[in-house]
This record gives sequence, C-alpha cells and structure tokens, in this order.
Amino acid sequence: MQHVTTETETAVSPPNRQRLTMSLLVLALVGAFLLSLFIGSVRIPLDEILGILVGVTPERETWATIVLKFRLPKAVTAVLAGSALSVSGLQMQTMFRNPLADPFVLGINSGASLGVALVVLAVGTTGGTLLAGFGFLSDFGIVVAASLGAGLVLLLVLGVARRVETMTLLILGLMFGYATSALVSVLLYFSIAERIQAYIAWTFGSFGGVTWSQMQVMAPTVLLGLAIAWLSAKPLNALLLGETYAQSLGLSVRRARLAVLVSASLMSGAITAFCGPIGFVGIAVPHLCRSLFSTSNHRQLIPATILMGGIVALLADLLAQLPGSQITLPLNAVTALFGAPVVTWVILRQRNLRSSFAG
Amino acid sequence: MSVPILHTENLSIGYPMRKEPPVVVAQNIAVGLQPGELVCLLGPNGAGKSTLMRTLAGMQTPLHGRIRLNQQDLSALTARELARQLSVVLTEPINAGMLTGWELVSLGRHPYTNWSGNLTAVDETAVNQAITAVGATNLAHRHVNTLSDGERQKIMIARALAQEPAIMLLDEPTAFLDLPRRVEIMHILRQLARNAQCAVLLSTHDLDLALRNADKIWLLPKGGRLQVGTPEELVLNGSFEAAFRADGVQFDPHTGSFKMAVQSAGQVDLVGEGLSALWTKRALERVGYAVHDGANGSAMRIQVVAEEGEGRTQWHLVKPQQTTTHRSLADLVHDIQQTSSPQNSA
Repeated sequence: MQHVTTETETAVSPPNRQRLTMSLLVLALVGAFLLSLFIGSVRIPLDEILGILVGVTPERETWATIVLKFRLPKAVTAVLAGSALSVSGLQMQTMFRNPLADPFVLGINSGASLGVALVVLAVGTTGGTLLAGFGFLSDFGIVVAASLGAGLVLLLVLGVARRVETMTLLILGLMFGYATSALVSVLLYFSIAERIQAYIAWTFGSFGGVTWSQMQVMAPTVLLGLAIAWLSAKPLNALLLGETYAQSLGLSVRRARLAVLVSASLMSGAITAFCGPIGFVGIAVPHLCRSLFSTSNHRQLIPATILMGGIVALLADLLAQLPGSQITLPLNAVTALFGAPVVTWVILRQRNLRSSFAG
Repeated sequence: MSVPILHTENLSIGYPMRKEPPVVVAQNIAVGLQPGELVCLLGPNGAGKSTLMRTLAGMQTPLHGRIRLNQQDLSALTARELARQLSVVLTEPINAGMLTGWELVSLGRHPYTNWSGNLTAVDETAVNQAITAVGATNLAHRHVNTLSDGERQKIMIARALAQEPAIMLLDEPTAFLDLPRRVEIMHILRQLARNAQCAVLLSTHDLDLALRNADKIWLLPKGGRLQVGTPEELVLNGSFEAAFRADGVQFDPHTGSFKMAVQSAGQVDLVGEGLSALWTKRALERVGYAVHDGANGSAMRIQVVAEEGEGRTQWHLVKPQQTTTHRSLADLVHDIQQTSSPQNSA
C-alpha cells in the first residue's frame, strides 16, 4: 500500500523535471531579453544598460535614448507578441483538436491584412495628395486599419460561433481567409509599386514599430487576453476529451468556447495590428512545449508557452538583425527559416505529435 | 424495494425534425435505476441504445416525458450539478495522449474544483481511490498514449468514478477489447456498483457477459417497447428470442447465446463427458448436426473416450454398418460428413 501512495503522490504535482525546465525557461527568457537590449548597431556596455533601466544617467546621453526609445519597447513587444501568439495557438490547437491550427485559423489576420490593404493600397491610390502624409499613414493608419479589420472578424466569428459547431467554425475561418486574400490580390493588382511595397513590408512583420504610446494599447489588450487564457486552462483540459465528455464533466462548452475565442482573438488581433502577421511562432511553440514538458496539461502548457513564446520571438528578432552586419532580414522569414528545422527535429525525435492529437 | 436514483416517466426518445414530425426511436419508457445495481442495456443495432443513453445522460432532450434524478427533473439541473451525480464513458476518441493516467482521472474532479482546476487534498484522495478501485495503480504514471485499449478503458472508468457519481453510464465499454479484458471490465463494473453503491448502466453487445453479470437487463428491440427484467426472466419468457430475431440467426435459450441457423445435416447421438464432449458437440453443431446427449436411437452415435494421463482423446463413430475410430476431431467431422452426404449413402 505504501508503494501505491508514493507512486500516485509524485504524479500529483508536476514532477521535478518539469519544474526545473520551467525555471530554466525563466532564466532563458531573462537572458534573451537582456541580450536583445545589448545587441544592436551601437555598442553599449551591459552595466550601462542595466543602469539605464533603473534610471541612472549613462555615460552618453544617446545611449539612454537608444535603450529606452528603441531597444526596450522592441524587446517588450517581442516578448508580448511571442507569448500572445503562442498561447492563442495552443488554445486553437486544443479547441479545434487540430495540430495544424494556429492563432490565425479564424481569419483574424486576414481581416487585419484586408484592413491594411484597403488603407495602404486603395485609399493611397485614390487620394494622391495623401502621399505626403504617408509617414503618418504607415505609423498610425495601418495600426487602426488592422485593428478595425481584426476586430470586425472577431465580431463576425463570435456572432457565428453561437450558431455553428466548432469544426464548422474552423472551415468558415479558412474560407474567410481565402476570400480576403483574394480581395487583397485584386487590390495589389491595381496598385502602384510603392504602395505594394509598403503593403508587403507590413506582411513581413516587425517588433520595431511599436512606440510607448502604442504600447499603452497593445500591452493591456495582450495581458487581458493572457488573463482570460489562464482562466481557460481548466476548460481546455476538459476539452482534450472532446466536447461531449467536457460537457459531461459539467463544463458549459459554449461559454468556454466563447472565452477561448475572445482570448485568442484579442491577442492575435492586437499583435497583428501592431506587428504585422507574424507566422510560425503560434503553431510551433505549443508543439515545442508539449515535447519539452511531455504533457498536454494546460496548467503547465500555458505558462510554458508564455515563456517559450517570448524566448523564440526575442531570438528570432536578434537573428533578423544579423548581428555584426547592417542588414535586417524580414522577421517572418527568420521565424520560419530558423524555426522550422528546429521544430521538425523536436517533433520527429519525440514522435508525440501523433500521440497528443490521437488516442 | 428502495427508491430509484433515476427513473423515467412516460419517456419518448428520438430526434426532432425541422419541418416533419419527429423521428421517434422508442416511447413509453418507464424504467428506474437502483443504487448498487448493474444494468445492461441490450438490443440490436439501430434500436436506439445510444439515443437512450444520451437522453438519460442529459445530452439529448427527450421528445416527451421526464427523467427524474434524485427526485429532481434532469432538465432543471445545471451541467455542473448533473456532473456531480452522473458520469459517462463514451466511445468517442480522446486527444489526451500526453496526459498521464493520473491526470486523466483527475479530470473527473472537474465539477468539484474551482476555476483554476486546483486539486485539493479531498480531490487527490478521490482520484487515488478511483484508480485503486479499478486496479489501475500501475497505469497512473504512464502517458495515456502508451496504454492498450483495455488499460485506457480502465482509466476512463476510473475518471468517471472520480466524479463520485450516483449513476455511471457506459456506452459499449467492452467494444474493441479481447475476451479476458471484457470479463475484467465487467467484473470491475460489478464491483463498483456494489462497493460505491452507484447505479451502473452499460450498453453492450456482449450477450453472454451481460446475462451472467447483470442484475437487470433492459432489452430494447427495434421499434418495440423496452423490456426490463432479470436476465433469467427475459430468457425464459422468450423476450430475447423476439428482440434479436433475424434471418439466419437464432437465440438458443439453452446456452444463452446466438447460433447460426445452419440447415440440419442430420441427427447424431453423443456419449461422453467433460470438456472433450462439450467441444465435440460444438464442432458437430457448427457443421449443422442436431446433437443429442446420450444414446437416443439416432442413426449415428459418437462415443468420446478420454484417456486418462496421456490427455489424448479418441472418438468412436458408430454407424449402422461399421464403427470407426478417430484420433482427432477434424478426422471425425470429415468422416461423419462423408458418411451422411447423399453420394456415399446411395
């Protein structure tokens, strides 16, 4: 009997190995964050950076400006974006019981990109004089357009979600994505080269464009989404068994689905609006975390994806700057180019993609 | 008679249609479940077993009538209230491969835990007890995707038990399992019903196991009325035969199982005892002979002679003209078929 109790009791709390991994992730996130403040075209000593962060006036005035106005908001944005996309990817994968689901399956990014395309391509083409005010347009107009687009899709999804089954919702999201990208193609076809380039630049994604005043909108939205996501850990665990079982466990499936949709859409919508459509992170990080922790338990997966998402986004941003060179690669190219082999390796090695989504 | 935990009043089950009248699967159902009893729901495919299970579990609304659970109307309960009194094991696939057995069972505490799903000491005890009750302590640590079908089913039953229900409904819990596993699961469910004083209702196609283990049987014939009784009553009054009547299949009330209605190839007497005689009879019936125990004056007679010690059996086939001796059942069957086929006897 003694044997029985010890055996089951260790399973109660997450095993030590998982706690250790979680602590290592925290350290890695802090490390990556500092590294991203440290690396850049201007070399600033690490102790000076730490000094600037706590309010000490540095040796040179410009260093404070560089760290506080450029590197810090960018690093914070990367952490928020990585966490938000990873968590909403996890939610979508569990809710749709589909390993290929990502934060954008509901068409949130399609809505955002249509909004941006309309502003950059259509408005720009009709109002020729707006060219002068393009700086304003790219900074603020794009964010507003993308937010409106994403928000509209969110309302559409929530409206439809009451009436249809979960799988139908997935297909509707896909169809909506196709329709909007078709519209964007039409707009692109009739646009002038500069505008097309401006649009394409947005689709590359970037953590660098978020100012502190924009952060005041983005950060609370993302944090609200994360808070709702944390509340959804218990329902998501029940949903691993499928909706019928979840209901038999006393879960209001409709309410849980609504919470998950709102949370995932708020996060992916906000990030897309401020950083552009950033792919790959949202689909890959949940798989990475499932492998690393070998669990499907969302009470561990949600904190794990928050940390891992932040780390992956910071590293991707660092790589995109190609340290030591003056070139900056498109963020989306980096996330996929460097991330895909890593994730493929992890998944093939552990072969648990199948086991998480079947049986 | 104690008060049933669950009973139905004039229940009709089926599916409402948008424009046409509803599809009624079964009607006038008046049944009850007592604490501590194991009830098997039997019936041919398409008779509505799953519909009845789903309706009783509150997953589907009845067309008519009411279901009362502990004197409360089932439809008046919230999902959470219901989950504390009734748990289910379904045939649906689950996506919980990367959970450990223990974690999967702990999902059964869902209706008791707070918003975060934090398990209290009480919850943990309930999970451990549920795992012990189904004999799955060795599975608690393993990931669900490493479990066999039978082991996973045990864990799913433990999960249902962790809900501490008054009623457990199981939809074909023994499907896909081999015979020893089926017997084991049935045994576990019997124990649960007795020890946890919980009413267990399971649908199954496993007639033999149901007849041997169930306290009561609910028999749902296609398009007919639900009949309730002890297994023995239902066999004796012919309900079984009627419910499963189909072309080419017969319910044999002597054995409590089905047999193919093979065209009779002839009569044969069988003299012998023990296992050898039993399986000789099975072999002969399989090829279509009506077998009579003992010497009954049929044209042919078989004597089964089991030799002690060596474990070898001999069969003497006594025909009108001659007697042959065989050392294997296959030879015997071959010979008897040769003898009685028209070409040879002519």
